[in-house]
Amino acid sequence: MSLIELILNTFTNSSQFLIEVFKFFPPILILMGLLEAWIPKDKIETHLGHESGIKGMLFAIILGSAAAGPLFAAFPIAKSLSEKGVRAANTVIFLCSWATIKIPILIMESSYLGIRFSLLRLFVTLPFILLMGLIIERLCQNNGSIFSNDH
Amino acid sequence: MILFIWGVAFTLTGLSFLKDKQKTYEVLIFSIKSLKKLLPTLFGMVFFVGFILTIFPEEKIMMIFNHKGYLGFFLVSLVGAIVTIPGPIAFPLAGALLKMGAPQELLASFISTLTMVGLSSSLLEISYFGKRFTFLRQGSSFISAMLIGLIMGSLL
Repeated sequence: MSLIELILNTFTNSSQFLIEVFKFFPPILILMGLLEAWIPKDKIETHLGHESGIKGMLFAIILGSAAAGPLFAAFPIAKSLSEKGVRAANTVIFLCSWATIKIPILIMESSYLGIRFSLLRLFVTLPFILLMGLIIERLCQNNGSIFSNDH
Repeated sequence: MILFIWGVAFTLTGLSFLKDKQKTYEVLIFSIKSLKKLLPTLFGMVFFVGFILTIFPEEKIMMIFNHKGYLGFFLVSLVGAIVTIPGPIAFPLAGALLKMGAPQELLASFISTLTMVGLSSSLLEISYFGKRFTFLRQGSSFISAMLIGLIMGSLL
């Protein structure tokens, strides 16, 4: 492949993804703004905060897997949720559920790879998501604020 | 799917506007500002994805599924972590790979990193959550993906 071909192909391949990004980002950012403005902090804290326990984790899984859209669209939402008092473990659980076990993915997956494969992957993945949430929360606690860039 | 998201965003903005004009106005200004701030990162991500798709075409992705053993799990997880393929293309590709005889446990690892780990979106993730969180989340997702494949291999 020549350099010119490489550059041209990069642009062609990028343009498709560019459309994808700008289809998702504006409405997601608006939703994030609305969430920040209207949803009371104490409500989020009760359902997903430090005292929310197993119920909070289940709620984070349901919220994440009910989503539509690529993972990068989940970042702004997860960020504003975490600023409203969601515990770190649930932020990770929300992000990973959104990434890999959301319903649109499971539907596509089971139609191409079979429902058995898809359900099995779902049940094998779930414990890992919970574990990752708890481990990352633990590892980040030692450093005070979990989302800072200084460490 | 995408129409639904725009629909929800419009409807909720409308409701918010009816309830409190000033607040809604501030929300929209805030959203536009954060979009502006994100633009360089978003464009970076877009070109990175285009570049990766150019140097990793589908034929090359198919080739890595020939590796056996732990190396196979590592390689498919690595490629899944590097490339970004949207779901509507990724799953037909995975289906084609399965028909060509790719082992299901390798496909499970590949799909796991493809969806959970994103080299291309890591700059964006860092801008929201910081380096430490991003590294830990993506790193642990990578390890989990290989283990998920290994476990599925013993169950399938």
